[in-house]
Amino acid sequence: MNNRKLKDNLIKILIYAASLLTVGVLAWILIYITINGIGEVSLEFLTSAPEGESGGGILPIIINTLYIILLTIVIATPIGVFAAIYLVEYAKPGKIVRIIRFATESLAGIPSIIFGLFGYIFFVTVLNLGWSILSGALTLSIMVLPTMVRTTEESLKAVPDVYREGSLGLGASKLRTIRKVVLPSAIPGIVTGIILSIGRIVGESAAVYFTAGMVSRLAKGFLDSGRTLAVHMYLLAKEGISFEKAFATAFVLVVIILLINFSANKIGASLDKTKV
Amino acid sequence: MESKEEIRQSVRNREDSMEENKLQNFIEKIIENIFFISACMAIISVAVISVFIFYKGGPAIFQIGVKEFLTGTTWQPLGDYFGILPMIIGSIYATIGAIIIGVPIGILTAVFIAELAPEWIQNIVRPSVELLAGIPSVVYGFFGLLVFVPFIADTLGGAGNSLLAASVILGIMILPTVINISVTSLNSVPKEYKEGSLAMGASHIQTIFKVMIPAAKSGILAAVILGIGRAIGETMAVILVAGNTPLIPDSLTDPIRTMTANIALEMGYAYGLHQEALFATGVILFIFIMILNIMLNLFTNKAGE
Amino acid sequence: MNKTKLSVKNLNLFYGDFQALKNIDLEVESNKITALIGPSGCGKSTFLKTLNRMNDLVENVKIEGKVTLDGEDVYNNIDVIKLRKRVGMVFQKPNPFPMSIYDNVAYGPRAHGIKRKSKLDEIVETSLKQAAIWDEVKDRLNQNALGLSGGQQQRLCIARALAVNPEVLLMDEPTSALDPIATQKIEELTEELKEKYTIVIVTHSMQQAGRISDNTAFFLLGEVIEFSETAKIFSNPEDKRTEDYITGRFG
Repeated sequence: MNNRKLKDNLIKILIYAASLLTVGVLAWILIYITINGIGEVSLEFLTSAPEGESGGGILPIIINTLYIILLTIVIATPIGVFAAIYLVEYAKPGKIVRIIRFATESLAGIPSIIFGLFGYIFFVTVLNLGWSILSGALTLSIMVLPTMVRTTEESLKAVPDVYREGSLGLGASKLRTIRKVVLPSAIPGIVTGIILSIGRIVGESAAVYFTAGMVSRLAKGFLDSGRTLAVHMYLLAKEGISFEKAFATAFVLVVIILLINFSANKIGASLDKTKV
Repeated sequence: MESKEEIRQSVRNREDSMEENKLQNFIEKIIENIFFISACMAIISVAVISVFIFYKGGPAIFQIGVKEFLTGTTWQPLGDYFGILPMIIGSIYATIGAIIIGVPIGILTAVFIAELAPEWIQNIVRPSVELLAGIPSVVYGFFGLLVFVPFIADTLGGAGNSLLAASVILGIMILPTVINISVTSLNSVPKEYKEGSLAMGASHIQTIFKVMIPAAKSGILAAVILGIGRAIGETMAVILVAGNTPLIPDSLTDPIRTMTANIALEMGYAYGLHQEALFATGVILFIFIMILNIMLNLFTNKAGE
Repeated sequence: MNKTKLSVKNLNLFYGDFQALKNIDLEVESNKITALIGPSGCGKSTFLKTLNRMNDLVENVKIEGKVTLDGEDVYNNIDVIKLRKRVGMVFQKPNPFPMSIYDNVAYGPRAHGIKRKSKLDEIVETSLKQAAIWDEVKDRLNQNALGLSGGQQQRLCIARALAVNPEVLLMDEPTSALDPIATQKIEELTEELKEKYTIVIVTHSMQQAGRISDNTAFFLLGEVIEFSETAKIFSNPEDKRTEDYITGRFG
């Protein structure tokens, strides 16, 4: 009897230790990056262009990142939302739906370096878009598609069927029912999907590196190339150019990710509230 | 009695609205097709990605020779030696290392979240796990480069850039995947199982390990497979800590080069057969991932039934 | 002479292999209230939904037989949207949309192409008045409909159904989720509504059927066991099973 209790307690200690380790590693990374990075971040750093190999700031890189985010979201949101609408509102269970789901799962499992390679052959070379914001955004659109589809699907499924019945029962067409009743109720979920996708875009380096290029200047348009924050950070760290700037960039990245997670949670919580 | 004129009028009205409805039905049909095509984008993407990767990398494998390519231990593009065995082994070792570190910690943390943690602690642990998932891989790599690499060099000797460093970083990076999916599958174990076990006088811990984890087995297995996928596909973080020497490692402190690193490091300047050999490395990586996907699909389908 | 509004001939309905409705023959008279009663799972709600083709939404459903509305075949040569405009429906649980009271009522007319604000205002007002809820909501038409009480929500849903100017109103246990006072209001309302509309109501409450309906159909295991005037079915049922059910419920 006592033996069992001892064993239980030992296992409990292991469980606590593992959980502590998980949270601890996160805290460690955040604190380490903050302590070393916050001092390097200044208004000047955020508002000036890089100079030479290791000087200057990251303004053009922030703007490049925003370009890529914007373009990717513009491309991926309609496709993802439409796909989810098809899956939830129209599709009958069967072979096609199974294949679509398998493809979506597979897409989510493909490593970003493969997306990078593909984007490089297809968008950069075959479609001749060159290393550009557009090539990067198209590649990332495919990458974030599963996230978009899944979150939208979840939120469409959470819309009660009685709304659909009510609308159809009034003689409203299916499309009108979706547009006026189903989609408005699903908007918080769709926004969560967009925010999560932005998180992925901001953090992505391998796929962007091969498609959007790595020059450190401001892209002159969607067909011009430019590096994003994550790529910038990679190059600084990899080449050992400047650890100070790398820390500062890491800090900026982490703050962005924190903000993104925070807002996704806020919207998720409001979504739960409206459900009740 | 309705006059003939009125009847004719009402017939005409009905015909008019029939026309209108036809147009509306037509538009609805078109839009439904747009939805359908959007849904097929995932299929199209996977197909096009597969075709292009194989098209670009496949021929090189045969040009180099399947055996040479897969079992060759020398990678010297300038000397036309394209053996990627060291990279395959590097990827496999690093992934095994990540699993050894990440899976037990991940499952135990999942048990904590699903079964033991009071609500207020859950409210700390869950967002932490989400945040771990959100941190960019370059940041992990950078952290590993400045924290783990020097630590390994100081305590175990060598350069520090090593299989061990890669395993530790990847082990941390797969935690969110392992934890989230394990929590979901633990939560979906029917309450009756747990109650049944507790009612027989088993302790909570015994119930978790003897009843709940076995019942959630296929979900946890799916979590591990997804973790493997994430580890084997990770690029930038690994490059920063693994040393990237294309040699088969003899010990934990030896440097390794993974398949992903091989592609990312040399793609920038490769051309000709060298470039194709990098795409061919992508083909092998892609095959690994597809096998994992198919395994995952089998497991989750089984879990669904 | 009473006019037939809806006529059902030899209707069979299958969910996959399961036959939910068997050889139903039924005539719904114009400007009367027809009640459908029977134990739960007997197919009365399923039957109701065949009248405006809401069963089309269910997977694997197969329908045989003929349903006509004013002589027009409901399952052939008729646009579903048109049909549902003519045959409105009120559901078991009040299901207002998560939008304002005004937008709820205006939803149907807008769906059918009415855009003019003055016209919509007029429709909203008359519909809410017909549903006997105008006085309670006229000052807060722009508030969210989900803020209303259950009984008010259900009357709003009736107003919403009336706003598209239907000829028939199908009501699927409209009071089962309501308290007695709200129920009474809805029952009084149906009395008034039958002046203009034909009503088919599914109810689990024998008393309710007795109080409000003109004709009653008793359903059992997917069949109509007996169909006649309500007074007759409650006082002098022909079939032993009807009597058992009614007396069992009343006793």
